[in-house]
Amino acid sequence: MNTVEDAMKPPAGGREVPLKVRLRRAERARTLGYLALIAPLAIFVLLIFVWPLISLLQRSVDNPEVSAALPRTVAALHGWSGHELPGEPAFAALAADLEALKGTSELASAAKRVNMELIGFRSLLLGAAREMPLAAGKPAKDAMIELDERWGELATWQVLARNRASVTPYYLLTALDFAIDDTGAVINAPAERTIYRAILVRTLWMSVIVTFWCLLLGFPVAYLLATQPPKVANLLMILVLLPFWTSVLVRVAAWIVLLQNEGPLNTAMVRLGLIDAPVQLVFNWIGVYIAMVHILLPFTVLPLYSVMKGISPTLMRAALSLGCPPFASFWKVYFPQTLPGIGAGGLLVFILSMGYYITPALLGSPKEQMASYFVAFYTNETINWGMAAALSTILLVATLALYVIYARYFGPAKVR
Amino acid sequence: MTMKSRFSCLVGALGAGMVVAATAHADITVISFGGTVQKAQVKAYYEPFTKATGIKLIPGEYNGEQAKIKAMVDTKNVTWDVVEVESAELVRGCEEGLYEKLDFAKIGDKKDFIPSAVTECGIGTFIWSTVIAYNADKIKTPPASWAEFWDVKKFPGKRGMRKGAKFTMEIALLADGVKPDDVYKVLATKEGVERAFKKLDQLKPNIQWWEAGAQPPQLLAAGDLVMSSAYNGRIETAQKEGKNLKIVWNGGIYDADNWAIPKGTPKREDAYKFIKFASEAANQKVYSSEIAYGPTNLKAIPLLDPKILPELPTSPANLKNALACNTKFWVERGEDLEQRFNAWAAK
Amino acid sequence: MLQSYASPLERIWYYVFRILCGLILLFLIVPILVIMPLSFNSDSFLMYPMSGFSMRWYEEFFGSGVWRTALKNSMIISPLATLLAVALGTLASVGLVRANFRGKALLTSILISPMIVPVVIVGVAVYLVFSPLGLSGSYTGLILAHAVLGVPFVVITVTATLQGFDYNLIRAAASLGADPVTAFFKVTLPLVAPGVISGALFAFATSFDEVVVTLFLASPEQSTLPRQMFSGIRDNISPTIAAVATVLIATATLMLLLLEWMRRRNERLRTARP
Repeated sequence: MNTVEDAMKPPAGGREVPLKVRLRRAERARTLGYLALIAPLAIFVLLIFVWPLISLLQRSVDNPEVSAALPRTVAALHGWSGHELPGEPAFAALAADLEALKGTSELASAAKRVNMELIGFRSLLLGAAREMPLAAGKPAKDAMIELDERWGELATWQVLARNRASVTPYYLLTALDFAIDDTGAVINAPAERTIYRAILVRTLWMSVIVTFWCLLLGFPVAYLLATQPPKVANLLMILVLLPFWTSVLVRVAAWIVLLQNEGPLNTAMVRLGLIDAPVQLVFNWIGVYIAMVHILLPFTVLPLYSVMKGISPTLMRAALSLGCPPFASFWKVYFPQTLPGIGAGGLLVFILSMGYYITPALLGSPKEQMASYFVAFYTNETINWGMAAALSTILLVATLALYVIYARYFGPAKVR
Repeated sequence: MTMKSRFSCLVGALGAGMVVAATAHADITVISFGGTVQKAQVKAYYEPFTKATGIKLIPGEYNGEQAKIKAMVDTKNVTWDVVEVESAELVRGCEEGLYEKLDFAKIGDKKDFIPSAVTECGIGTFIWSTVIAYNADKIKTPPASWAEFWDVKKFPGKRGMRKGAKFTMEIALLADGVKPDDVYKVLATKEGVERAFKKLDQLKPNIQWWEAGAQPPQLLAAGDLVMSSAYNGRIETAQKEGKNLKIVWNGGIYDADNWAIPKGTPKREDAYKFIKFASEAANQKVYSSEIAYGPTNLKAIPLLDPKILPELPTSPANLKNALACNTKFWVERGEDLEQRFNAWAAK
Repeated sequence: MLQSYASPLERIWYYVFRILCGLILLFLIVPILVIMPLSFNSDSFLMYPMSGFSMRWYEEFFGSGVWRTALKNSMIISPLATLLAVALGTLASVGLVRANFRGKALLTSILISPMIVPVVIVGVAVYLVFSPLGLSGSYTGLILAHAVLGVPFVVITVTATLQGFDYNLIRAAASLGADPVTAFFKVTLPLVAPGVISGALFAFATSFDEVVVTLFLASPEQSTLPRQMFSGIRDNISPTIAAVATVLIATATLMLLLLEWMRRRNERLRTARP
């Protein structure tokens, strides 16, 4: 690593290089040195984080199944008009493909993929494969339609033709509650299947509510902490920091205990005569909101506190001494200065709650599940990784958009 | 030692630690549904198996998600050696090449088992039933059927149901008066599906969904639910622990859980050994004595204590008005109905 | 402070405000206070009132195979992930604070983004890429993924500490003949140690509390404490959970005290500087 001092020394022997050039060289060498320090982490994050993320996004349009399993059919359907049944070559190609791949997992995954768009296709394709090879001497077309009349339907072939491309809009469209009809046009999905727009709105809405409560509850606490003498403030700070450092799962478990039908809260409320019978507080929206606010509250208290610590109390005193009533001087003098803290804490909580999964999964009913839940559902339960990727893409775009706003106004260094 | 070399030692140690940690296992991993099922399996199969063969066994649990298995098989990095699978998932997984086609010569005589327990890729390990369970401290007269399960006037309070289309759709139709024999015929039609969802709409505000089999007894005992669909064995073990929970067998839906071997496990022979061991009549007898699930090995039945027979889903009295889960239907329609169900439940 | 000349309205507000804050602080702390006693409950319900005192759930925690494996795994994975995150993060932070180049802001954002991207997405993405490489269901995979999640915390705290760092000290070291590596270890590191350690604590806590990525990546052999708690809460709420919770709260308290000590030391060092 060169230093400025090295650069200042005249080079041993040789021509005099202008100082400016030498300085620039030294500067460049130093930057390279620093880049070398950054490189290991950058490569690490690139490999372990950015690359997986990009390949996940890619999966939301990836469509390899049909072209991999039915190459002959795909070739035969090339240039097919789509308005009438394809001719004998396409049927023959399909029969050949099925015969070649009978009983393999490639065929099963192609069947599964097309079954998403046309229910019943799975058994149609796998059933046909079981009947292969076709009896000789009969045109493949007639033989196939004889096997199952659905082979004689236009829709069957259209959906096959649609999926010969290696890229599909299907997942992203479905993740936004659109569907593709038989003619290939994009339409709104049937009402009983629409869900994702509502989920996205719900995710945003729940995040708004949680953020609102975190700010509402966090502000007075931060104010109290900032205005108390250090001894008291440090003591009270422990009450904020201890939950912050406690495992989220511990807190979720604790809330289940507290909120269950025969838990302390219900028992206390019944004893006090506030309610006649226990109310359901957990496994519905109440539990989810309470636990989410509890988990995220420190994320508003801490930035608010650090901002408030920097506000000089003399300003409030000045306003008071000039005759401004206490509440007005608080509102006009103190409050505006806390806005950076409100912004930082609020957006942090908002972004974090957008991605919440564990808390709603353990404390909520299906009505409180947020976008993350559906990503996990498609990944684990139906093994529909295309849908998981498409939903991830949408959630990621929404989150990153917010992060850009956040970074622009508050900067990453102000997170803590 | 300079700082620099100390640092590189640290990095070296880190790397070495990772390699050691990644390669240090030669035991077989057996994945089942967890909770009391697993406890019974540990007692009946896992511990005696290790004792008999010296092969160590790592028990794991899951809720039947096939994704991990698919990822492992697709990438030829199979770390689960034996898995407990529900029948429909087994057939689907078998078609998709997730499971080994079993060589029954290594397991036992096919004739010893209930015919439906023997499939291409799996061997049934027990028969379980989804039944109505209720907290007898809260309800004096039990609900007679799924139709009464829907009666929120007679039995006010929350009901638990398994989150997912499977069993829920059947239950809705049973509650709507469809005869057990016709359930799948009706459900195969578009109208049938609509009918089931319409019936579920009626009860929706009163349903609390559960996912793991251990939840219904827990929620019933805690008073969060008045009644629930539940796996019969879980209720029976809760009874043993002194909880006043009861079962209504009318309209139960029974199915087999199976052992299967994920395709490409390096420990296939040990996996076979385990499955053979766990399918032996004497060991299945221990299992059924631990938890009230029916054995699949026909020879295990005469070994059982006659007192527990009425508790099993396979006893004639309990089978009388029961419905056998239709594997073929769920293989075909499962994914679609699960998605549709998900959309419905989230609203 | 309440002044002696405060109006009655101010007096009322003073007390109302304090009661309000007290309630909010109570809300924050009550779950933690509620769960701890239950770990000593003698019957198997996670419910009040307690029926008696017993240590059986601690015996279950420290004695049963699954929990012990989980504890062991957590004690393997979290420290190694932290070490990786801290080593790479600290080096990079030095570079990030001192270098000026185009795209620095973008690079910083990318390095910090694992904190912002919803963790489910990280979990699925890493899972789908790691599986073909044989890294899912392995300790290595989990350590790498946990390290990536911890990196932002290290970068943020260390860059923040470095921003207040006096670079003349390095120049002084250099002029006295120290090579840059020596200068880093002898001068820079001791001074930024509080920042590095608090970054490390955050990274450790992130990994130690991580469940979502673990849910996707780990096989039962790598099940960690939070992962085990997750299935415990969902499947079988026994007082063992409370015992684990109590142990984890104790850990958290320890980390909190350590952090507070670091902060004080840091403050002393800063004020001691001329």
